[in-house]
Amino acid sequence: MKVTIGAICEPGTAMENKTGGWRTFMPVFNYEKCIRCAICEIACPDMCIYPDTTTANDKGKCLYKANYDYCKGCGICANECPKDVITMTLEEK
Amino acid sequence: MSDNQPFNLLTAGHNGCAGCCDALAAKYVLMAAGPDCIVVNPTGCLEVMTTPFPRSAWNVPWIHSLFENGGAVASGVEAALIAMGRKGNTKVIGMGGDGSTMDIGIGALSGAFERNHDITYVCIDNEAYMNTGVQRSSGTPFGASTTTSPAGSKSYGNNTNKKDMPAIMVAHGSPYVATTSIGYANDMMKKVKKAVDTVGSTYIHAHAPCPTGWGFDSSKTIEMAKLAVDCCLWPLYEIENGEITAVKKIKDPKPVEEYLKAQSRFKHLFKMEGGDKEIEKIQQLADKNIAKYGLDK
Repeated sequence: MKVTIGAICEPGTAMENKTGGWRTFMPVFNYEKCIRCAICEIACPDMCIYPDTTTANDKGKCLYKANYDYCKGCGICANECPKDVITMTLEEK
Repeated sequence: MSDNQPFNLLTAGHNGCAGCCDALAAKYVLMAAGPDCIVVNPTGCLEVMTTPFPRSAWNVPWIHSLFENGGAVASGVEAALIAMGRKGNTKVIGMGGDGSTMDIGIGALSGAFERNHDITYVCIDNEAYMNTGVQRSSGTPFGASTTTSPAGSKSYGNNTNKKDMPAIMVAHGSPYVATTSIGYANDMMKKVKKAVDTVGSTYIHAHAPCPTGWGFDSSKTIEMAKLAVDCCLWPLYEIENGEITAVKKIKDPKPVEEYLKAQSRFKHLFKMEGGDKEIEKIQQLADKNIAKYGLDK
């Protein structure tokens, strides 16, 4: 009997799978009230909210952006945001 | 991919439902454990949605085991690292759902804990077999309607209580057992960090509300997890060497109705005759938790 090593997938290749097409509502950011707390980044199950390093203030805290290539529009970020910075808006394509 | 999006140990592009609780739990575990770990993943939602062949959402070494042998494969990985002289600081983390932990895989897991391998096992408990279409598991709470414990004229849903899995792992003599919830990211990461840094078999039981299986809006995943803790249906505690060392206190426990009303798996309790008596039984479970762990003191 020959023992094979099984099926191997390269790490991180799921990035090819653009899940943004699943979305009905998209998160829209209004930064006026944003306190840069990063709760949206932590709460995102799709790892698509990230700090925009070009907006870092003197304490190094950034504003956050959603990567719409992967955002499935679940709305957790809008629900968890303590300052209502994020609103879920019907996406028109 | 945007040019300044940071590198994640669990990447975007996995096939989890919108608002997936498993993805959140795995994300927190990897954020706490860091890149120097090997993940053993028995069959379940987490395995299926993160590795649609030929792709993988994992940026750490990852191995899929069968439903029943997650504990054995994790033991083997740890033993192999030692035999090859490569153990170093590498952490071996088992991550399975409630089905593979509490039902099918409990034998192999028990063996791993009995032999006290240096592994950490994280149970991501979404309280039913979600991957195959919401069948009841021994993690399903009392009164929940699932496809194999449906509510109907003769039934109020699942008629058994949730298995006290953390107590079983404590009985194995584990040096560190903790319950946590994906609603409290900091609490979860702190406990996972402590577990992976503890030598020996350690166990984390993470409560994870599943929007698809429980029937609530995908935006409420974290809110629902917090609600379960606030109603005292899911106490957060740490047990070190058999002694309870930390408990999250709940100042004003909310009535369980608030938690039950928000999910369609419990909606029959509010419509059926005699449903209020079942709700009363669930409230008693919460009261029992309050008394047992001193949640209100």
